[in-house]
Amino acid sequence: MSGHVVSVRLYVTIFLLLLVLTGLTTGVAFIDLGDYNTVVALAIAVVKMLLVVLFFMHVRYSSGLTKIVVLAGFFWLAIMLTFTMSDYFTRGWTPTPSGWGPSISAPPNP
Amino acid sequence: MSTAVMETPAASRVHYLNANYGIKSWLFTTDHKRIALLYLGSITFMFFIGGSAATLIRLHLIEPTGALVQPATYNKLFTIHGVVMVFFFLIPSIPAVLGNFLVPLMVGARDLAFPKINLLSWYLYIIGALFTLYAILSGGVDTGWTFYTPYSSTFAHSQVIATALGVFIVGFSSILTGLNFIVTIHKMRAPGLTWFRLPLFIWAIYATSIIQILGTPVLAITIFLLALERLLHVGIFDPAIGGDPILFQHLFWFYSHPAVYIMILPGMGVISELIACFSRKRVFGYAMVAYSSMAIAVLSFLVWGHHMFVTGQSVYAGLIFSVLSFMVAIPSAIKVFNWTATLYKGSISYEAPMLYALGFIGLFTMGGLTGLFLASLAVDVHLTGTYFIVAHFHYIMVGGAVMAYLGGIHFWWPKITGRLYPDGWARFAALIIFVGFNLTFFPQFVLGYLGMPRRYAVYPAEFQVLNVMSSAGASILGIGYLIPLIYLIWSIRYGPVAGPNPWGAKGLEWETPSPPPTENFEEIPVVTEEAYAYAEPEDGSHG
Amino acid sequence: MAELSASSTHAAVHPPGFRHQFEDMEQQHEAGNLGMWVFLVTEILFFGGLFASYAIYRSLYLPGFEAGSRLLDVKLGATNTAVLIGSSLTMALAVHAAQTGKRKALIFFLLLTMVLGAVFLGIKFDEYATKWHHGLVPGLKWAPDEEMHNNAPLGSVELFFCFYFFMTALHATHMIIGFGIMTVMTVKSWRGEFSPEYYAPIEVSGLYWHFVDIVWIFLFPLLYLIGGRY
Repeated sequence: MSGHVVSVRLYVTIFLLLLVLTGLTTGVAFIDLGDYNTVVALAIAVVKMLLVVLFFMHVRYSSGLTKIVVLAGFFWLAIMLTFTMSDYFTRGWTPTPSGWGPSISAPPNP
Repeated sequence: MSTAVMETPAASRVHYLNANYGIKSWLFTTDHKRIALLYLGSITFMFFIGGSAATLIRLHLIEPTGALVQPATYNKLFTIHGVVMVFFFLIPSIPAVLGNFLVPLMVGARDLAFPKINLLSWYLYIIGALFTLYAILSGGVDTGWTFYTPYSSTFAHSQVIATALGVFIVGFSSILTGLNFIVTIHKMRAPGLTWFRLPLFIWAIYATSIIQILGTPVLAITIFLLALERLLHVGIFDPAIGGDPILFQHLFWFYSHPAVYIMILPGMGVISELIACFSRKRVFGYAMVAYSSMAIAVLSFLVWGHHMFVTGQSVYAGLIFSVLSFMVAIPSAIKVFNWTATLYKGSISYEAPMLYALGFIGLFTMGGLTGLFLASLAVDVHLTGTYFIVAHFHYIMVGGAVMAYLGGIHFWWPKITGRLYPDGWARFAALIIFVGFNLTFFPQFVLGYLGMPRRYAVYPAEFQVLNVMSSAGASILGIGYLIPLIYLIWSIRYGPVAGPNPWGAKGLEWETPSPPPTENFEEIPVVTEEAYAYAEPEDGSHG
Repeated sequence: MAELSASSTHAAVHPPGFRHQFEDMEQQHEAGNLGMWVFLVTEILFFGGLFASYAIYRSLYLPGFEAGSRLLDVKLGATNTAVLIGSSLTMALAVHAAQTGKRKALIFFLLLTMVLGAVFLGIKFDEYATKWHHGLVPGLKWAPDEEMHNNAPLGSVELFFCFYFFMTALHATHMIIGFGIMTVMTVKSWRGEFSPEYYAPIEVSGLYWHFVDIVWIFLFPLLYLIGGRY
């Protein structure tokens, strides 16, 4: 019985890449990209995650079943997020009839 | 093809029940069959706790002004009934008892993939149950099993945290059971046992396990956040700092809707086994039934908002959830059609397990169809929060899941204990349960339609007749549940000895002695035929 | 060919660490891996509930969340990120050592992983102490200075800190559990229980550790870096 043995060199390369990406994401946080700050930060985080998952956790060399299992986890998280978001994003679409006072469909604003 | 199994008398043969004696051999066992029995004892105990709460509720509701308890106590009764029945009976029942016993046998393995984790699952169940029993005994909890905020987080003066902890812990029991089943089914099938030769019970357990893995952790974090908010007096559901109580509902129902499929899918798996055996026929459309189980597992995660149509969710999200809720009924309907087609031209016999299976098909169909009424947004506005909902889910949970559980217990009882139970009494009890059940819950459809709210300790006088009918039915149902308790326990000592296959059923579990040896099989079997390879019935003949 | 004795045959067929519910070591190894991955999926959903809630509230209360984020120490957060990434490297090297039968290297890298984990927890504790000092702990000591929140709505800043503490504390708890797992693995390695034929517990512990690292890879930008620091 054996698993795939990844070379030390590859591990160290991935490690250095991860450090570079960490520095990059930290630096970008101090530059104003408007809404894209969030997008860039998340994109870099996803790349870092992929490096860890594929190489440190050996998914690159794993069976199709392992890959499906990992994808399923993230897919279900996406379901939870998007469907719940669909509620919050569309609450304001329903106008309240006049005479009912302040809009009850807007989220609370402390 | 059945390998001939030597029928040595049970008394002289070593099997899993007599291999070791003493309480330590049970409390520290890693044998999946013994763990199944540990669960059987525990969940039966919890069933009677939840059933006692139900008895008190139905007694109380004989009078419109409430016959038995104060409203505050009534709130605790329906909460305890819900919490105990959902988390400590329905969710574990078939997977932890029948699943634990049968999965290794049905796939031709010697045990589950992780036997020690299996034992840990049971201990987590017990610890969770102890927390909940503590909550019951030290004042009770009155939030409803749904723990809605802000009542549960801020205003309730009852044992919310203890109950939440109990539910949190038993959730991990559920997760570990599901994990064990998934790995076992993927990795430990006997040679020749391809996916599409598996019994449909295994497909059902597999689909259930997927739901347990993906859904239960969300319940865990949600309950945990609730307990934290109660402790810290601030949290993410607290409107004072911008929190939204509806978010609690989203997170809660993200698990709790799939949870109802955790409760029914294994039952459907049992029914497939029972219908095939007592019609002496292959299940019609095996592949469709298998795919439907998987479809239910996936679709069940897309409909949770139908519990929130009137609580403040956006109507557009409601629209999406409504459409999806109609779609999730389809795979269940496919199963019902396939079971019916299996019965057609089958060689049918009416032993007790078959009576439970037939009852399931009718009652589950009624429960499922009434779910469609509730999936319609406009109709739900009137029916939500009424007894129509109560009737709907009891038809599925009791008329469906509990009957499937009882049918399965009866069917596999000879395998588990090596004894036959008296089938006459069993059929009688099944009939009593069927009658009692319908008398209890059908009036509740009418009550809900007429507008009687649920979770109320009092009701308008004009609803009394239907309430009394329901309570009368509940007393019959209660008697119906007690009868099997008596004759099943009796049969362990005095029932006739069962051979390896008293029903003449197909499946690897029937190719080993009753009770099985600790290592399940002398030699791991090699599978060469399809599931349910019953001989074709002669034209037009019945059994 | 000489006849093998029963025990050596058994040893040849069943290496140390073999569990008899399995047919062979390969099945056991695959089952162990699949089991840990399924468990990690449950962890994705467990943390996911918090991430989803955070995302929703952030979209509703951006000014308050940005103000809260600016109160966090980016330098410490970035340092912690580097520390954890380093510990993932040492963990991967530990698995490599186990796979290649190097017992001393295995123990060394496991210990180094634990040291880096301890550094992470130390820095976290320091951050928590600072927050306590500034009265930024919801529910226990919420008394922030006026200037600290720059006119952002105070309620949503408190909500942000609820998430900060819940998410990082849950993460830290997982790290402490990981610490316990590593301790057990180190002891077992010291006892020589692992070999190129049997190292699955090391591999599986590594999967857990990497997962905890990945959670932090997302926590760092989401909590520390999107506060409009420009």
